[in-house]
Amino acid sequence: MVKEVKELVNRPDNTAYTQQRLPAWQPMLSAGIVIPGFVSIGLVFIGIGVALFVTSQSIQVLEIDYTGVEQSSPCFKCSDQTGKKCDCVMNFDIDSLFKGPVFFYYGLSNYFQNQRKYSVSIDYNQLTGDLDYFTNPDDACFPFQNDRNKPIVPCGAIANSMFNDTFQLFQLVNGQKKEVPLDGKGIAWWTDYNTKYRNPSVTPLRNAFNGTVKPPSWPQAAYELDTKDTSNNGFINQDFLVWMRTAALPDFRKLYRRITEGDYASGLPAGNYSLQIAYNYPVLSFDGRKKVVFSNVSWMGGKNEFLGIAYLVIGSLCVLMSIVMLIVYAKFKFPEED
Amino acid sequence: IRVDSRTIYVGHRSSSTNEAFIPPKFCDNRIVSSKYTVWNFLPKNLFEQFRRIANFYFLIIFLVQVIVDTPTSPVTSGLPLFFVITVTAIKQGYEDWLRHKADNEVNKYPVTVLEDGRRIRKESEKIKVGDVVEVEEDKTFPCDLILLQSSRGDDTCFVTTASLDGESNHKTHYTVPDTEKDLESLNATIECEQPQPDLYKFVGRMHIYKTNQEPAVRSLGPENLLLKGATLKNTQKICGVAVYTGMETKMALNYQGKSQKRSAVEKSINAFLLVYLCILVSKALVCTTLKYVWQGKPGQDEPWYNEKTQREKDTNLYLKMFTDFLSFMVLFNFIIPVSMYVTVEMQKFLGSFFITWDKDFFDPEIKEGALVNTSDLNEELGQVEYVFTDKTGTLTQNNMEFIECCIDGFQYKYQDESSELDGLCVPDGPVSKLQQKAGREREELFLRALCLCHTVQVKESSEQGQAHEQRGFIASSPDEVALVKGTVVERSSMYELLHVLNFDPVRRRMSVIVRSKSGETLLFCKGADSSIFPRVKQEEVERIRMHVERNATEGYRTLCVAYKYLSEEEYAQADAGLREARLALQDREQKLMSVYNQVETGMSLIGATAVEDRLQEEAAETMEALQGAGMNVWVLTGDKMETAKSTCYACRLFQRSTELLELTVRTLEDGGRRREERLHELLLDYHKKAVQDAPPVKAGVTRRWSSANQDYGFIIDGATLSMVLNSSSESNASRYKNLFLQICQNCTAVLCCRMAPLQKAQIVKMVKNSKGCPITLSIGDGANDVSMILEAHVGIGIKGKEGRQAVRNSDYAIPKLKHLKKLLLAHGHLYYVRIAHLVQYFFYKNLCFILPQFLYQFFCGYSQQPLYDAAYLTMYNICFTSMPILAYSLLEQHICIEVLLDNATLYRDIAKNAMLRWGLFLYWTLLGVFHGLLFFFGVRFLFSNPALQDNGQVFGNWSYGTIVFTVLVFTVTLKLALDTRHWTWINHFVIWGSLAFYVFFSFFWGGIIWPFLKQQRLYFVFANMLSSVSAWLVIILLILVSLLPEILLVVFRKPRGPNARQIAPVTPLSYKHLKEDD
Repeated sequence: MVKEVKELVNRPDNTAYTQQRLPAWQPMLSAGIVIPGFVSIGLVFIGIGVALFVTSQSIQVLEIDYTGVEQSSPCFKCSDQTGKKCDCVMNFDIDSLFKGPVFFYYGLSNYFQNQRKYSVSIDYNQLTGDLDYFTNPDDACFPFQNDRNKPIVPCGAIANSMFNDTFQLFQLVNGQKKEVPLDGKGIAWWTDYNTKYRNPSVTPLRNAFNGTVKPPSWPQAAYELDTKDTSNNGFINQDFLVWMRTAALPDFRKLYRRITEGDYASGLPAGNYSLQIAYNYPVLSFDGRKKVVFSNVSWMGGKNEFLGIAYLVIGSLCVLMSIVMLIVYAKFKFPEED
Repeated sequence: IRVDSRTIYVGHRSSSTNEAFIPPKFCDNRIVSSKYTVWNFLPKNLFEQFRRIANFYFLIIFLVQVIVDTPTSPVTSGLPLFFVITVTAIKQGYEDWLRHKADNEVNKYPVTVLEDGRRIRKESEKIKVGDVVEVEEDKTFPCDLILLQSSRGDDTCFVTTASLDGESNHKTHYTVPDTEKDLESLNATIECEQPQPDLYKFVGRMHIYKTNQEPAVRSLGPENLLLKGATLKNTQKICGVAVYTGMETKMALNYQGKSQKRSAVEKSINAFLLVYLCILVSKALVCTTLKYVWQGKPGQDEPWYNEKTQREKDTNLYLKMFTDFLSFMVLFNFIIPVSMYVTVEMQKFLGSFFITWDKDFFDPEIKEGALVNTSDLNEELGQVEYVFTDKTGTLTQNNMEFIECCIDGFQYKYQDESSELDGLCVPDGPVSKLQQKAGREREELFLRALCLCHTVQVKESSEQGQAHEQRGFIASSPDEVALVKGTVVERSSMYELLHVLNFDPVRRRMSVIVRSKSGETLLFCKGADSSIFPRVKQEEVERIRMHVERNATEGYRTLCVAYKYLSEEEYAQADAGLREARLALQDREQKLMSVYNQVETGMSLIGATAVEDRLQEEAAETMEALQGAGMNVWVLTGDKMETAKSTCYACRLFQRSTELLELTVRTLEDGGRRREERLHELLLDYHKKAVQDAPPVKAGVTRRWSSANQDYGFIIDGATLSMVLNSSSESNASRYKNLFLQICQNCTAVLCCRMAPLQKAQIVKMVKNSKGCPITLSIGDGANDVSMILEAHVGIGIKGKEGRQAVRNSDYAIPKLKHLKKLLLAHGHLYYVRIAHLVQYFFYKNLCFILPQFLYQFFCGYSQQPLYDAAYLTMYNICFTSMPILAYSLLEQHICIEVLLDNATLYRDIAKNAMLRWGLFLYWTLLGVFHGLLFFFGVRFLFSNPALQDNGQVFGNWSYGTIVFTVLVFTVTLKLALDTRHWTWINHFVIWGSLAFYVFFSFFWGGIIWPFLKQQRLYFVFANMLSSVSAWLVIILLILVSLLPEILLVVFRKPRGPNARQIAPVTPLSYKHLKEDD
């Protein structure tokens, strides 16, 4: 309130900052920079675009829808969802060598793994093997939290809805079925498998699950996911991990197996194949579709035309724009060069 | 019931013993400037903070998040809000603590109170009205006191009011005449007006009761009142009686917050905010509607894998819709960020330092730089369209220099080589050489009149401390000093001063009544010609008038001197009238005025003086620059037309070629017709000339600025203006006002002379409220400019000679007029560009932040699934993108300062809020939409096959969001980099630093399993993303596609025209180190 008696020595500091005279770089975008810049960006883009496009073209993809909507489909008989076990067989031909390693995906359509309520319905603490949460799952898991007053492990909608169709692939050689070995390792993120998800440190694993029940939709409990391989059982089962990484879009595919072994390490040779499907997973109730996808991948991942085309288009546009600019500059002579 | 006056019992002694003494209740002497106490701080401060609409909005969002099941945790909006509220609370709490401290210092200050003859030490806050307080030298007065006794022999004391109004000179105050020397036995009451804030007004009356005598009555005026906050000087001690205490002191009453001025940019922000609020609501509405449409399709509402809980199923449909709507609002609420307010506030606060730091504003004379009182208006300095300037002290130095005088029509010229006369007042340097002589007797009379009539001035200079020689005389030649000194001595020896009829701006003259040794009573009067001429014998006027008018056109200030002999009866009458008027409690001013007017008649004119009021340094250049910048400069002065006109010519506001349109009392009387009619006719005539016949203003150019057109200058005086404004009929008034405004708008300069202070404010208000609501700026230095400084959008005070009132009431204060140029053309321009860009950029960056999240709803079943992780949602505005724009908005110089100063026309480029028009806002919005669409759909197409890694593994939804977010952060930051024209190391640091921080943070955030998080959504998402070539390629592609069109635009919109060179003074892409002066 009372104004301070003014200081007599209050001359402002004469520094570059206070006087707004900091040395500064003042870039100007001029034609001399922009045109060559555009040309080089354009050329680089076209280069990348060509590489992407060629790579993408070279990737082979084979998609088989086995939902069984049409009556002609071999899986039609299974699609009525009576709930009992149902197997169906899809046959397909490969004309030329399907270069390996071949990746075997399953795909779901109109399936909203990214629903908010769905995607939060998970108890992460359970999945790190914290036994406290086995008996007392998180509320977020509701309505898959408790089943008849027993805690569900793993709880939540994501775990409950785990994809449970299983596939066997056979090559038909001279009327004989020859099984194509499927490799279930390394299909989930390394960090998910090695650090993020942990089984409780109880052996045998099933003891940890005493007093809990399996998710209602599961045919077997978590500790029975892979009875043969303990390092692929429980919460670190690779199929489980793949499923738990929720998809970004309602049409998605997830990695099921890789074909890397035996005679098929270099790919699937031309011939007739038979895919035997244990059809368990109901999708028609919400108008969904199921498919299997065989694909090989390159350095850019799976087949994706978009990137290559986008790079080509943008690259060409850049070059085109630089030509336009050149013409404009040549014609109207902006007051640049004088 | 409000009583007009209060009665104070000096020393609490009742006037008579038999009367029941009821001490009246007055407030105590505690000063409370603090707002809070420990107890009410939290509720009161929170209440005040949430009264701000923005804070309230965020609070609502936060509450919705807490109550309703929403997609993002309350932390995302709660944390920033909490941060903002806490920081503000801490700042306000600290300020209040300082106020408490200052209050305590004042309130606990020990004072001496005389009670029943004893001196008692008390704390200042215990003083009650009626206490007799003793104050010693160099101490401040603890409350408003009536001076009863002084240790000085002449019953005066000296006071400085530096802390009240900044005037550091010593002022004399007088004791109440004829009070008892013995204060103990003093039995008196004081009757005075209720407290009022005017520092210079006080009316009161003191009744002194003596035993067996009629009570004596003494009038009290401001000269008897010692104000709290003033300091006693050159006087050992005084005693005074407290009349106003605590919050009723004039100082406390003057401490009232000025009304908040809001800048045009702020209004734009609010308008844009409304648009964004509409976008927000419509987004939420669209999503809610589509959600229920989509859910209507069979199987979509509740697929088996995502069963609803029983509670959800039971909830009322409309309630569900409503909560969904709220959830969407919460999800998209980041479109209006808290941080924008914080950034804008910080920008204004920190930015204003550049004004105070500017060494160009430092004036070595007063050893002060510029002062910023309101940092809220920085950008308004770049938007000024009308400049209203005071003349005296602002355009001119108020540093008078004697030029010549005339006595009885004979001209006397001052012809000394050293015409630098540092005189304080007009007549200090009188005649040196006489060419043609008037009568010796008249000369003597003239000089005597000057010397006597300015006695006040001499006295004032002596008040500056006894040791001082009268400064006015020092510079003039010795014989003059001798002459004036001689006359001064003569006065004290020969004349007895009877009355001083003070100067005031309405009468525009002052007089003294003296009695000579020989017993004659004389009245000397000195004043403006217009106020003197009607009061003297008409035959004398003509001889002098010629000189006066010639002097006036030469730009000099003229004063006329007159005298008259008063007969005994006349004097007695005047004396009685004056005494009576001075005692009046009410309407004292008017009563005095009428007595003054009565006395000052029938005088005879002796002569006139001419004094040059020199222009301020670079006044002309400054005015020229302002006009060049497209501002209309209006000079509002109380001075007479001729003088003001000449100043205008001198300042080059009027050029030789300027055609002057005069609307003054003189032109009105020319036709010999009724004034109203003539006014009407003239207005129409001028309107035709200046408005209708003028070539139409080109579109886009706000004001014409070409030499080809005829320039008009408009002159109006106070009397005519009041006719225009207060015309008899209502319809005429508004019509005249319109005509007047239109004429003025088409004139290059407008001069309003003979203005009363209130009229100045009236004009400012009229222009301010005229069509288009132009931004006005008032600049002045004196108390009479305060009203217009307060009225204008931006008020500028000059730290001049006329005290500190203008400075105290201004938004910005500068030492000299010449600083106005840099303040407006450089600082104002830059601030405007900076903040306009800041605002547009903020809206843009949040639009393209939230748009992908909105689009994602179409792909997640309208389930309010956030696209980005909560950490990203929270940090985006706080950490990742806030610093570069803040640095930009503090440091950007799209055109360097020298160029801005050299090319005033550049100021026009940003006139009329050019950078915040709807067109540009639309451009930025579309840019935001374009970027948002690009980010989302670019990644969407990439994810048509989510197997993006070379090991065939797939990416999930958090990878999707992280890719979009990465593109977003890089694009908006690089977009700003593209807009930055002035890259200091700070810009480099914050732009590249922000990007590096984002990358670092993402690694860090995704690299650890955070125990406090429920879900480890981002665990190694960022690292995995970077291991995918496709992700890299799409990020690069989207960033470049977003920015390339911008680059194209920049190239094709290359500045052309005459300013192109100055705007682009640097060679492309080269470091140019601006040279540092001195």
